[in-house]
Amino acid sequence: MFNETIDNEQIQIILNDILEVYGYDFLEYSHASIKRRITRLFSLDKFVSFAEFRYTIKNDKQYFKRFLEEITVNVTEMFRDPSFYRALRNDVLPTLGTYPFIRIWVAGCSTGEEAFSLAIVLKELNLLHKSLIYATDINPAVLEKAKKGLFSLNHLKQYSENYLQAEGTNDFSNYYIANYSLAKFDQALTSKMIFSTHNLVSDHSFNEFQLIMCRNVLIYFDKDLQHKVFNLFDNSIEKLGYLALGSKESLDFWPKIKDYKRVKTEKIWRKL
Amino acid sequence: MAETVITQGCSAVVIGGSAGSLDVLLEIFPKLDKNLPFPIIIVIHRKPGGESLLTDLLQNRTQLNVMEAEEKQPIKAGYVYIAPADYHLLIEENQSFSLDYSEKINYSRPSIDVTFQSAADVYKDSLYCILLSGSNADGLDGMRTVKRFKGKLVIQNPDTAIMPFMPQQVKSNLKADYILNAWEMASFINNLCKV
Ligand SMILES: C[S@@+](CC[C@H](N)C(=O)[O-])C[C@H]1O[C@@H](n2cnc3c(N)ncnc32)[C@H](O)[C@@H]1O
Repeated sequence: MFNETIDNEQIQIILNDILEVYGYDFLEYSHASIKRRITRLFSLDKFVSFAEFRYTIKNDKQYFKRFLEEITVNVTEMFRDPSFYRALRNDVLPTLGTYPFIRIWVAGCSTGEEAFSLAIVLKELNLLHKSLIYATDINPAVLEKAKKGLFSLNHLKQYSENYLQAEGTNDFSNYYIANYSLAKFDQALTSKMIFSTHNLVSDHSFNEFQLIMCRNVLIYFDKDLQHKVFNLFDNSIEKLGYLALGSKESLDFWPKIKDYKRVKTEKIWRKL
Repeated sequence: MAETVITQGCSAVVIGGSAGSLDVLLEIFPKLDKNLPFPIIIVIHRKPGGESLLTDLLQNRTQLNVMEAEEKQPIKAGYVYIAPADYHLLIEENQSFSLDYSEKINYSRPSIDVTFQSAADVYKDSLYCILLSGSNADGLDGMRTVKRFKGKLVIQNPDTAIMPFMPQQVKSNLKADYILNAWEMASFINNLCKV
């Protein structure tokens, strides 16, 4: 049962251990969701005591890999929120298309579905050849998956519906080859992607971009940390570049929002 | 069988429902007092899209403020918050909301279990959780947690629910504190006192 066995103080102990031993700082994550992830893992892996759980996390590197994968939520989809991708296709990318070269950062890319969706839109706008997508995540395991461009065939029906609603102009099945239970996506898409670990909490700006997408990552951070990450993005976006967030995330209470202008009704802002 | 004498204070009411629960909400809302001294948080299974439909439906029937819950938003008495489609809704220790886009639970996102459990952790024995009609297994585990924290379990009477399965599960597996018909719920909520 969730919430059964670990209290708030013990959560703090584990988070402190992780910072000390592994250097990952989860102290400013939203408490309720990180607590839920940790208690869930505790019961899933059938630990009998907090002491045993704590010891394993601290000392068993292999187990910590699992811990990291489980507490950072990796759920994602292709063309999630079709209206967002319509705005990218119709409003944002055509503007960037006038540049000689387009650099895009997908921060918190998880297993890559979002980066592939973006690459497909770029391809259909005939911009992929001059674009480069930097796809990053805190969790190395999801990046390994993303690089392969292999997605479960079970989800493809949903994805192709999303794609149609996002005004895709091609036949979605042209982009992949079905192989048993997996869909292998076109290498031409991957050739414009660079995958790398990057921790939004502790790593710095590493380039200047015309578009940064960071969707459904900031809901896991508390307000102060959200603002720090917005500052990091601000330092990484060129003038007149764009910042795109998840459908329930917002720049609203960030002091520098006055330097940005919202694009229509989507969670997309343009730096002035 | 709505009780009029309620000894324990209420700091929040969380309502969960699935198939057949919208009718119940539409019955409850016009009869709610306009100055409730606690918040009402609603988790109803529904498809993504048509975002504001449920909010509008309920807002048109009450003077309470009805809104979709936003991440980090402080939870205030007298307001009605609805879990957004396709996210789990969690409650923080400082009585604000968090959203979570993790795996579906009981094929559902938002899941009633997730919000009940998270609310139990925060509001403890002053929480009232109400489980309405539905044909899903969602809600039972959440109610178990609520009970452990000594919050109150309220279910819709399975005999008069459109889909009895969900409240019946609680009735058979846990002891519900109150079993109410749809038409008794508004006055039950109106009679809950502040902590
Ligand atoms: C729910 S997924 C969102 C995936 C995708 N952006 C989408 O919206 O579908 C959240 C991702 O954020 C990543 N993440 C969590 N904390 C992070 C951090 N501090 N730095 C970078 N990525 C992080 C997780 O590993 C996970 O892959």
